[in-house]
Amino acid sequence: MHERQPFRSAVLLLVWSWLLLLVLLPNLLVIAASFATRDPQDFLSLPLTLESYQRLINPLYLSVFTHSLYMAAMTTLLCLLIGYPFAWALSRVDKRWQTLLMILLIVPFWTNSLVRTYAIKLLLASNGLINNLLQSLGVIDAPITMLYTEGAVIAGLVYLLLPFMILPLYTVFEDLRDDLLQASHDLGAGRMATFVRVVIPLTLPGVIAGVLLVLLPAMGMFYVADVLGGAKNLLVGNVIKNQFLDARDWPFGAAASVLLTLAMALLILAHGLSRRRIGQEAVE
Amino acid sequence: MNQTLLSLRGISKHYGGRAVLKALDLDILDGEFLTLLGPSGCGKTTLLRLLAGFERPDSGTLTLSGQDITRIPPERRPLNTVFQQYALFPHLTVAGNVAYGLRMEKRPEAEIRQRVTEALAMVQLAEFAQRKPHQLSGGQQQRVAIARAVIKRPKLLLLDEPLSALDYKLRRQMQIELKRLQRELGITFVFVTHDQEEALSMSDRVVVLRDGEVQQLGTPREVYERPTNLFTARFVGETNLFPATVKAIDGDRIALDVRGLSRDLRKPAFQVSVGEQVNVLLRPEDIRVLAADADYGFPGTVIERNYKGSTLDSLIRLEDGNEVLASEFFDEDDPAFDYNLGEQVRVSWVDGWEWMLPTANGDAAGPHNA
Repeated sequence: MHERQPFRSAVLLLVWSWLLLLVLLPNLLVIAASFATRDPQDFLSLPLTLESYQRLINPLYLSVFTHSLYMAAMTTLLCLLIGYPFAWALSRVDKRWQTLLMILLIVPFWTNSLVRTYAIKLLLASNGLINNLLQSLGVIDAPITMLYTEGAVIAGLVYLLLPFMILPLYTVFEDLRDDLLQASHDLGAGRMATFVRVVIPLTLPGVIAGVLLVLLPAMGMFYVADVLGGAKNLLVGNVIKNQFLDARDWPFGAAASVLLTLAMALLILAHGLSRRRIGQEAVE
Repeated sequence: MNQTLLSLRGISKHYGGRAVLKALDLDILDGEFLTLLGPSGCGKTTLLRLLAGFERPDSGTLTLSGQDITRIPPERRPLNTVFQQYALFPHLTVAGNVAYGLRMEKRPEAEIRQRVTEALAMVQLAEFAQRKPHQLSGGQQQRVAIARAVIKRPKLLLLDEPLSALDYKLRRQMQIELKRLQRELGITFVFVTHDQEEALSMSDRVVVLRDGEVQQLGTPREVYERPTNLFTARFVGETNLFPATVKAIDGDRIALDVRGLSRDLRKPAFQVSVGEQVNVLLRPEDIRVLAADADYGFPGTVIERNYKGSTLDSLIRLEDGNEVLASEFFDEDDPAFDYNLGEQVRVSWVDGWEWMLPTANGDAAGPHNA
């Protein structure tokens, strides 16, 4: 084992310097920027101030945040409702089918998500595929407005983020042993009781991981709102992007970012607690 | 103990065209400790899963105390299971696991608390009530699984190789404890194992299974001393097999030619006729190893000796190339009791200790211990 030590140290050094340089440092910079004052030339200047955070409480931005949170929450809920049974089925089907279904799940990643967002736009547009099809079938007389609605944004987010819900759920369902379900039945629990008392608690870490991977990106994927949502259905990501690129108000954009990071930290904390509850910490 | 609790009639089960259970009939008696014994793939686990209700038979019926339960789902069968891997709920405490069955019955919380305390005391885990399963040792998890399964006072407790994950010493201890529990609770136990020693020492009756068919059903003593066929004889314990020819029949005695030696033995229960081949079976502990200058027995050479603590096991190659396993208790009065490898000896047995089987049942009469 001793001759491996230099290699081990080198790898650890690489990982830690990666995390320090590309994760910790940028985050610290963002946090620092959020306390700075806006400057038209240099973007940031002194003195340090809490002004950006005060502006976040502005009703206008608050409503953008709550609407964004609502759309992200709806996205997460839909992903969970679709992803949960999908992941369960995926973990129970024949191994050959499992590989095929996994490939189908992964293949869309090979195409840029912006391109795929435009593809959804083509489907939903007034003269898009869905409206044309329904009209030619005589189901509807005039095109339904689907594009530039809240629903379009949510549909786009669900489509892009569903795999991120399914993958962690698939992992927990793979670990869900059949004999635990049988033990539950054996002790007198029907399907519903077994689901509530055994399946849900044991898959909760996967649910939280999935929510984590969907909810936060769903608030940040500004291009989905740009392409599918029009002017009214903004995400927090749009606010941040606008502050940095259009309004040139870096401190305010940074403050909005910090808010998202804090939300993420809270969810990660909840995830860790739920895993400890079912004793996975001790096993790993 | 004599009344039938659970009766199986014509139970068949196929997996992908392969018959795992073939029209199996079995009566499980009230209050007995019944062991399903067989090699892996014999259908014993499938049979247990059918009893629990996790599987449905392709044909046949299960009758529990006069009620047909063939189509009843596991949650409504008055029997419980101790799983091979214990299957404790990892997110619940020990007390939560044990209480699970009573919670499903919607018992009042005070009663649940009292019965959980009792059940944990019974398996000597009272102080572990608030631990999580992963904080317990294998033996302790095993006890929790048992407490959880008996708390609903089932009519029948199914145990699927529950001791296979434990080390030898703990296993012996749990065997004794399971027997004690079974006596105290008066619950019928159906125990699955592939360990014949475990089966013999724990059971009231043993079912020997092979390829989905019952080979023999009887008390441990019957199965060991009077096997109905060569499979049971070889699977349950070690067996020495001597092919023999019937020379003469005289009342309840028959004269046999056993590999060139004449023996006058008790006539077996099955039909024999002069000139017919029979198999003479002898357990290693029934074999007598004699000095080379004895005037009877098969001459042979000691080719292996195994000191087992309380016994000395030796493998002796006879002059015709067949091998005989002998297991002898140490003789306290004979400090020189031992053999050298290569030593010439003779082997024999005491008349009446042998067991005979017909050769006609399709089993090839190969050399001894399978």
